[in-house]
Amino acid sequence: MSGDHPSAPLLEVAGLSVAFATRHGVVRAVRDVDLSLRAGECLAVVGESGSGKSVTARALLGLAGAGARVTARTLAFEGRDLRTLGGGQWRRLRGRRIGYVLQDALTSLDPLRRVGLEVAEALEVHGLARRDDLDDQVIRLLTEVGVPDPRVRFLQYPHELSGGLRQRALIASAIAAGPALLVADEPTTALDVTVQAQVLGLLEERRRRGTALLLISHDLAVVARLADQVAVMFAGEVVERGPAAALLSSPAHPYTADLLAAVPGLDDPDAPDATDGPEAPHGPDASDARGGPGGPGGPVRGLPIVRTGPAATTGCPYAPRCALADDRCRSEPPPPVSYGEGGPEGEDHMVRCFHPGRERPAAAFETPVAPVRVKNRAVVSVRGITKRYRSPDGSRRTAVGDVSFDLRAGEALGLVGESGSGKSTTARIVLAEIVPDTGTVLLDGEPWSGLRERDRRSRRSRIQLVDQDPLSSFDPRFTVERVVGEAVPGRMPRRRRRERAAALLGQVGLDPALLDRVPARLSGGQRQRVAIARALAPGPEVLVCDEPVSALDVTVQAQILALLARLRREAGVALLFISHDLGVVRQVCDRVAVMKDGRLVETGAVADVFRAPRAAYTAELLAAVPRIDPGRTAGERPHAAVTLEGHP
Amino acid sequence: MPPLARRLTRRLALTLFVLWGAATFAFAGMRLVPGDPARVIAGGVQANATPQVLDAIRDEYGLREPIVVQYARFLGRLLRADLGGSYQLGRPVSRVIGEQIGATLALAAGAAALGFGLAVALATLTAGRPRLRALSRAVEFCSISTPNFWIGILLLAAFSFHLGWFPVIGDDGPAALVLPCAALALPIAGVLAQVTREGLERALDQPFALTARARGATEHRIRVRHALRHAALPVLTLSGWVLGELLAGTVVVETVFARQGLGHVVVAAVRGRDFPVVTGVVVLSALVFSLINIAVDLLYGLADPRIGAAA
Ligand SMILES: Nc1ncnc2c1ncn2[C@@H]1O[C@H](COP(=O)(O)OP(=O)(O)O)[C@@H](O)[C@H]1O
Ligand code: SF4
Ligand SMILES: [Mg+2]
Repeated sequence: MSGDHPSAPLLEVAGLSVAFATRHGVVRAVRDVDLSLRAGECLAVVGESGSGKSVTARALLGLAGAGARVTARTLAFEGRDLRTLGGGQWRRLRGRRIGYVLQDALTSLDPLRRVGLEVAEALEVHGLARRDDLDDQVIRLLTEVGVPDPRVRFLQYPHELSGGLRQRALIASAIAAGPALLVADEPTTALDVTVQAQVLGLLEERRRRGTALLLISHDLAVVARLADQVAVMFAGEVVERGPAAALLSSPAHPYTADLLAAVPGLDDPDAPDATDGPEAPHGPDASDARGGPGGPGGPVRGLPIVRTGPAATTGCPYAPRCALADDRCRSEPPPPVSYGEGGPEGEDHMVRCFHPGRERPAAAFETPVAPVRVKNRAVVSVRGITKRYRSPDGSRRTAVGDVSFDLRAGEALGLVGESGSGKSTTARIVLAEIVPDTGTVLLDGEPWSGLRERDRRSRRSRIQLVDQDPLSSFDPRFTVERVVGEAVPGRMPRRRRRERAAALLGQVGLDPALLDRVPARLSGGQRQRVAIARALAPGPEVLVCDEPVSALDVTVQAQILALLARLRREAGVALLFISHDLGVVRQVCDRVAVMKDGRLVETGAVADVFRAPRAAYTAELLAAVPRIDPGRTAGERPHAAVTLEGHP
Repeated sequence: MPPLARRLTRRLALTLFVLWGAATFAFAGMRLVPGDPARVIAGGVQANATPQVLDAIRDEYGLREPIVVQYARFLGRLLRADLGGSYQLGRPVSRVIGEQIGATLALAAGAAALGFGLAVALATLTAGRPRLRALSRAVEFCSISTPNFWIGILLLAAFSFHLGWFPVIGDDGPAALVLPCAALALPIAGVLAQVTREGLERALDQPFALTARARGATEHRIRVRHALRHAALPVLTLSGWVLGELLAGTVVVETVFARQGLGHVVVAAVRGRDFPVVTGVVVLSALVFSLINIAVDLLYGLADPRIGAAA
């Protein structure tokens, strides 16, 4: 196989473009993309959603879709020109030589077929197993990807598996026929950090055994650990491509730099060489972060606010968001140029930018100016709350068990844990949406939970919720004006209400011109800002934020986090900030409470908990967070042991 | 499995309730229309039965009793599965039905199989293929909007009179079943094909279909092994409607093709106000409906494992 010639690329792509004919004209989803990947290497394709990553991946399998027009100067795999393949030839390639792991494991496995059948499909299709041997092979594959009890899982349906196991099964189905290249599209996006780390470990293991990896992600930190080469995509173009070490340590394109800055890191930004590895997951000087210039929790590394104007059509596509954009950027597209000295083996470091590697002006960043004053008065006191649910099989499950904490006025308290650990149930008890079985919640020292709703109504405005996709519950015909305006308390004429709504939009950094739009026509970041404006309308003391940035791309995520930090400062609201993402909590919060299986395992100041976690579980979570260590080179990457879910 | 047992028990109880309702409606319907049942029994309104004969009939059939008592008696007999005797034919209803049900079942089952088969074949071939789909759609709309009897007459004209491939009338042998089945199946197939195709196209758009393609599966395999099962769910929902169409259609088709069968019996019984026969057929139809619904309910769980988990 082609692994014998390390210098000959396994996959070579030049000038790849994909256009879709739609009702609104031609969408040029991918433009002039060059990629190359050698056997056994890992190429990471990174970019925000909609940047064309998935379309690129599908084009490599000849699956760009019915309405797609794919063109390329070179499109070669294992020395064959893919542009000339017929239908049958493509089919013999797919699954057999190139495996593909689709974006969402829940919908990418046929929900009506047993997991074993799905894993077996590639073997069957390519005639790689005899009937009587098929089951054994599938069980072997499931074992190989670390699925516990493969004989049981084999007969189950995808919905009966956890997210992590589904992803493993999907990977097993993609590697069943032993392909030379595995394309994995956002393989960890929907997973908790610890599971995410396991799946990455699994992919790393595949690569170690010689499978080349094309790893797609919107999160630079996720791929940093595995990638030999990184290609950064924006608006359908590869804007920067080069050896991972060079690209991560000295990003040439402003978008790459923005992506790197937006990674919610665990380490102090002034200590980029923080030691890596599971036993020392935190920088030695992380403790200084509290006193640092950024105030509690370290500086918020924000980004310039997205302008809502039309995208540049003639010049550089990044110009509308670029802090370095000048007239030339806006009028002509930057051609690809070489940058720096490239990689150790002479790999090219390419960038499409007129000002590669230039410092970005700091003025464009939304950074906190003064530390937030936290008063010693508790606005919310949670005292020993417990909530149990009956599971379908009749047993009782403790969703929240004996949880107590205080949220002080103006404070930001993070509540972290994996999905199912009881974070959201706790939030809904704090919001008095559900009643705890035992324990109480006090608001401003007065009873809150366990009252009749009538007795709570007058104080409802003091505590507001912002959740993951908060506008989805509104009638799609409602305009932003209505969504925000109707949360403004009191009676007033329509014009006054509109003015208040406009002022609230201004407060969250949105153009008041958006008042007449419907939420469906807004971007994810804009929707989240509208939701925050709505939550601020009654002038609350407490904002409960339940995974407020989990559905957003990292760059947008950073903007929303910066906004929350600013609101805390300006409006003095306290935040109960729920997230499964430790990096995010680290950015926003003063204190953190870690939940596992419904219980608090650790509470403390963010700096202390992140520097010296007391609970073993916290240490485990911290170790699992993907991080960028630009100092390391591909050769000396430590091969982390693969931890297997459910294994002793 | 206790949840399954509980669901079945509930379904069976519901079936009994439906049967009682159907019987009561039949009873009420036949009694509320004007006319004297005794005259019917005596041979119809035209027959000149003497008052003595009519009196004797009234005594024998209990027609003089208050309506409530008659109703109670009627239910009592029904509970013993005694459908009574036909007024017109002078034979037990169960025997009348028993003699005719075979022909009707053969017709209905044949038509159902043909309808579902045609629909699945058409949908699988044309889903996601714009030109074939347009053609198939045109044919489907024609078959949906043409009444059974007219399809029957056209089929007869073409295949029996003109080509002479099939017998014109009668019910001997499977050859005689082909055209009636087709006449009954075509409109059903038209609707089912559209629903199946829609389900297939929705399934083919889902990520798992792309995954299957990425494994190198052929288009045919993706349709048959993956998508078809997803399309089965909306089609199953229609099975109640299909059954109704079949029951109504048999009456017409049996007339057009001059076949034996329950359709014939029902037409004669309603016209002659043969109360026990009508009741018998109504109760039997209700029973078949209920049983098929239970079967469909169980099939749902088989077709979609997620439903079984949720129930
Ligand atoms: N079948 C299609 N028809 C029209 N536009 C499409 C189609 N598939 C993808 N696109 C467009 O291509 C762009 C890139 O999409 P995608 O590759 O899915 O982004 P990513 O994977 O980076 O999130 C998007 O603007 C998307 O709307
Ligand atoms: S070309 Fe100009 S606008 Fe585009 S990324 Fe570079 S500096 Fe920014
Ligand atoms: Mg994608």
